[in-house]
Amino acid sequence: MDNSRLDRLALISKIWPWLFLCALLVFFEVWARISDHRSFIFNAYNLQSIGLAASAPLLLAIGQTFVIITAGIDLSVGFVMGLAAVCIAQFTIPGGNAPWVVLLSIPATIVVCLVPGFVNGVLIARLGVPAFIGTLGMYGVARGVGFLAAGSGMTVAVNNAGLAWLGHGWTPVVLTLILLLVMHFILSKTRFGQYTYAIGGNPQSAVRAGINVRRHLVVIYLIAAAFAAVGGIVYTSRFAAGAANAGEPMLLDSIAAVVIGGASLFGGTGNVIGTLIGALIIAVIEFGLVFIDVNAFWQFIVVGIVIIMSVLIDQYKERLGGAQ
Amino acid sequence: MSTPILEARDISIRFGGVEALRRVSLHVMPGEVLALAGDNGAGKSTLIKIISGVYHADAGQLLFNGTPMQLRDPQDARAQGIETIYQDLALADNLDVGSNIFLGREPVRRQFGIQVIDRERMAQVAREVLERLDIVIPARKLRGPVKMLSGGQRQAIAIGRAIYWNAHVLIMDEPTAALGVPEQRKVMELIAALKAQGVAVILISHNLHDIFAIADRIVVLRRGEVAGERLVAGTNGDEIVRLMVGDTYADARGPAH
Repeated sequence: MDNSRLDRLALISKIWPWLFLCALLVFFEVWARISDHRSFIFNAYNLQSIGLAASAPLLLAIGQTFVIITAGIDLSVGFVMGLAAVCIAQFTIPGGNAPWVVLLSIPATIVVCLVPGFVNGVLIARLGVPAFIGTLGMYGVARGVGFLAAGSGMTVAVNNAGLAWLGHGWTPVVLTLILLLVMHFILSKTRFGQYTYAIGGNPQSAVRAGINVRRHLVVIYLIAAAFAAVGGIVYTSRFAAGAANAGEPMLLDSIAAVVIGGASLFGGTGNVIGTLIGALIIAVIEFGLVFIDVNAFWQFIVVGIVIIMSVLIDQYKERLGGAQ
Repeated sequence: MSTPILEARDISIRFGGVEALRRVSLHVMPGEVLALAGDNGAGKSTLIKIISGVYHADAGQLLFNGTPMQLRDPQDARAQGIETIYQDLALADNLDVGSNIFLGREPVRRQFGIQVIDRERMAQVAREVLERLDIVIPARKLRGPVKMLSGGQRQAIAIGRAIYWNAHVLIMDEPTAALGVPEQRKVMELIAALKAQGVAVILISHNLHDIFAIADRIVVLRRGEVAGERLVAGTNGDEIVRLMVGDTYADARGPAH
């Protein structure tokens, strides 16, 4: 193959998530216009629904992106999010409806959730436990603690003006996008981001280059836990109730978003913008299928196929690279 | 006699029950190529890891330019001008040439008051370093991950990384092992050029041909101890092999000829 053709293929394999997202939007738009004579995209309610559906998994996925780039995985983020959802409710309740209470309950919730993140980091970076196993253990621990903290009812209702503001309308979406841009900046522009890639590419060379790999990995798992905490806080503020299993369905969505966004589970590649596109693809599929009245179970099938497809494209990309 | 740029005195280290190095001493002068020879497991790699700050000796002393020094980590060694090129090159395969040259020491500039990596500068230095080594890499590959490059090009990046940081002492672990013949020659030329510039080179090699072609002096390790030290001008391959494998083996082969 000549170079220009290789370049073109490499470009397509790089931008396919964008193309796929556009194709999905066009598909649902055409369907909606033909069958119902209404618009899919040019509808504030739809856009907000997609944005809200995407934001919680996206928050988990932002932290997960950092973890996966270092060739790790964090299976505990779903239940850490649940733990956070319960904690923010429990911590806010004593303050009644006063909005300022969230200024205390939010940091307290994040601090609580940093504990499982720290334990994950120490297990993986210091004690050499494989990420899959260490975070699977923490998955169980966070789950148990979350349900215990929720008490008998599994969900904890909370009515607070501060939380209500945080969960109202577009606020969760805007908050997620701001955090996304900050983390994109850190990953793509700073030494911290550079070392994240270096560790994923070759941990040995990172050590020899004088990078404090152990400390870096602990920080990475702290970031993942902090984002899970924010996900839980957003959940509880949207629904005025915290549930210990709030993040359960979002764990796999978060990993899927990262993988669809172009990261390899072997580490060293991926980026936050790709993860954003991945999360949007999942949210558009899920919302779009409901919108056009397809049985909800089809969501699982379609998202599953997209995940497999993205891994195949990733492998093809590797081969393409090897051939150059 | 002038002061050695680097000296190791009575270095010992244990890993569990294994005494990997026992009272090993060596020194290297500026502009000298010292070959470190020895069989597998003789302790060569352990010794260079101590000199480059990766391991910490249980006993013994390291001196730089006659002054005792403590190396807490590889960063410390590199701050002193001791650069190491490992056999596996220690490149981050997923990063580009510039990122590898600067790995762990990225140049930064300020953006929104935050330190961000200066990628322009990294790319520019990458081009300059490769030019200095007379290595041609197409521009489009310069920005891609180094796993796309050939073994010789990757070796050149590792060497370029060391010389860019103005190494006083360059430690090379089997630098020619994975290379084709023309690339091997290129690396030898490069070592000669570094020597002429006054850089001290510690060369670890199995290849006696390379050692005799480029080294001034040879230190032979056997089972964690110094088995002998010879000037290249006053020894030959047979003697070095005998030092490497030990007398028992030489005896079993019959009397030396």
